[in-house]
Amino acid sequence: MEVRSQIAMLFHMDKCIGCHTCSIACKNIWTDRKGTEYMWWNNVETKPGTGYPTRWEDQNNYNGGWELKDGKLQLKSTSRGRIVPNIFHNPSMPTMDDYYEPWTYKYSELFDAPEGDDQPTARPISMVTGEHIDIEAGPNWDDDFSGSPVYAENDPNLDALSADVRQQMFEIQRVAFFYLPRMCNHCLNPACVASCPSGALYKRGEDGIVLVNQKRCRAWRSCIAACPYKKVYFNWSTGKSEKCILCYPRLETKQPPACHHSCVGRIRYLGNVLYDASRIEEVASSPKEDLIMAQRSLILDPNDPEVIKAAKENGIPDDVITSAQESPVYKFVMEWGMGLPLHAEFRTMPMLFYVPPLSPVLSGSKGDITSNDTDDLFNEIEKARVPIQYLAEILGAGSVAPVEYALRKQYAVRMYRRHLTVGDVDSATAERALFEADCTREQAEAIYRLTSLPKYEDRFVIPPTHREQAIEMLKDPLEHKQGTGFGFISPPMRV
Amino acid sequence: MLDTLFFVVLPYLSLLLFFLVGISRYRKRPFSVTSLSSQFLENRKHFWSTVPFHYGLIGVLTIHLAGLLIPDTILAWNASHARLLFLEVTGLALGILALVGLINSIKRRLQLPRMKVVTNTSDWVLLVLLLIQIVLGILVAINHSWGSSWFAASASPWLWSLFTLSPDTAYVATMPLLVKLHIINAWIIIGYFPFTRLIHVLVVPNPYLWRKTQVVLWHRDRKTVRIKD
Repeated sequence: MEVRSQIAMLFHMDKCIGCHTCSIACKNIWTDRKGTEYMWWNNVETKPGTGYPTRWEDQNNYNGGWELKDGKLQLKSTSRGRIVPNIFHNPSMPTMDDYYEPWTYKYSELFDAPEGDDQPTARPISMVTGEHIDIEAGPNWDDDFSGSPVYAENDPNLDALSADVRQQMFEIQRVAFFYLPRMCNHCLNPACVASCPSGALYKRGEDGIVLVNQKRCRAWRSCIAACPYKKVYFNWSTGKSEKCILCYPRLETKQPPACHHSCVGRIRYLGNVLYDASRIEEVASSPKEDLIMAQRSLILDPNDPEVIKAAKENGIPDDVITSAQESPVYKFVMEWGMGLPLHAEFRTMPMLFYVPPLSPVLSGSKGDITSNDTDDLFNEIEKARVPIQYLAEILGAGSVAPVEYALRKQYAVRMYRRHLTVGDVDSATAERALFEADCTREQAEAIYRLTSLPKYEDRFVIPPTHREQAIEMLKDPLEHKQGTGFGFISPPMRV
Repeated sequence: MLDTLFFVVLPYLSLLLFFLVGISRYRKRPFSVTSLSSQFLENRKHFWSTVPFHYGLIGVLTIHLAGLLIPDTILAWNASHARLLFLEVTGLALGILALVGLINSIKRRLQLPRMKVVTNTSDWVLLVLLLIQIVLGILVAINHSWGSSWFAASASPWLWSLFTLSPDTAYVATMPLLVKLHIINAWIIIGYFPFTRLIHVLVVPNPYLWRKTQVVLWHRDRKTVRIKD
């Protein structure tokens, strides 16, 4: 057992209102530079929808992630043997057109236009070439466009659904959508890191944050092709890869990442988990249907004395272990079984988990009349507007069971709380729902508290970074005395 | 006099720049040691530029290197006329492959608005120098079909005379003009090399093939961090 600590995240999709505040918070801090205009390290997608970059989930096209070849794990894009002949032109590299060409508007035209009968307009201009462009796509181009034959129906997750289920999803009275906020998953088995010929990408041992060393990056582009989530981006101006850094300068000062901090719906939770690094490859090679449970089995119980002992032996500080014991992510994923990784079948073992959304109350058409199909207070999970099979494609690696378990638990908590606060659900019904959801009263109460009433410090349990130890280990601290305070930051020059 | 300038002074100056500037750039500005890839901005034409160019050039340079390092073997190989012809034709074909790639690359950069944004003056100077060099090389191969033997018999000893600091221009003084121009331009490119995107030639992804799959970096020394416990 090799115990490591990893900062993990949990997004409660049932609370996401799709406001894009997270994306803007990130954009304003990290990607408003030249060459990064098109990058959205954090973005929010409407599902069903095609996403950003367009149809990113279709790995037959993008070749991201890992695949099992004769039981051995290898990169779908360019693994060791294939990188050398493909080094000059990466066969799986997406282009700017798969994302979108960033633009602004020539506002001066509003003022400079000659007097005339028509309102002057500010025409869009490309932020790459500076020339006028016709805008054809954007990062959230299909926002709220469920039911659209151009966007929603081209969602790659629909391919695996039966014709019946598909048709049912797009029946006009039933059209539903939900939001999928996405960012770098800081995976345990990152395809981007594994693919880098220069070794420029790395995972920080202490907290598992995946970073790109800008000085070692040689623009081979392998990471961009290898990441199945398309969360490593190519800066076309500097020729370097860039990605979410999980706001590590903020984390190191005990502040949550900007996207987490700014979340209006308070859907985001962050905390570290302890895991067994010696089993990563074995777990990532599990059969597809076992992936969700196998990944969970990698995460260790931070209260187990054996785990604590092994963690200490591996140099994990006490307060990092304490932090793991209080982690909200551990509670959602391990104690309650409600957190699921996005597309576990890509086998990167993402460390960002999602609580699947409970669909809105169901209605349907009976003749000309639209009415609720059910007399139930909350709709039954099997009849949900968003079919459970569809959610299973996104969050269950194709298996319905883990998604159903997570939904049933949310349903039970709602019934239980309704019984307590409103009283129109009788005790027996609430008890039955809890029983069916494998949930106790205490657990229901805890889930309710952490879902609906969490304080800032409940949502974000940030482990101390202990950089002071790192500096003391590597260098004499007195060496820095009188030496810091001034320095030079060099611009991203090509020569 | 001119011979000394072009075949002694120029080579030494170029080598000096190559090593001094190259090493200092690698050490002081590692961020810049790369070629600015433009595949992200355009994919299809990128393939038809970069792939023939690189593979053609790697082939041609390998033959040049063989002439430098194993001249006797090359001469022995060329003893048979058929084999000389085979080597010459292979070299010519590779040169043409490189030329096709380079022309595609120049066209791509001239035509596409997105490419213009990521091409600077230095890139253009370099493209022109490379174009001249490849065209000269092809012309030499066409007009003087004994080029490979000549490289092994004359250029190789001349280069070794440079490397051993006892320069002897006699080996190259009697060469045809095309060959001389090819040599002079080569030294210009070598001297200009460390100031340009050509610097990326010096980085090869060698450890990748045998390193561990995942890269994990620690800021703490895990063995000593818990000494107090």
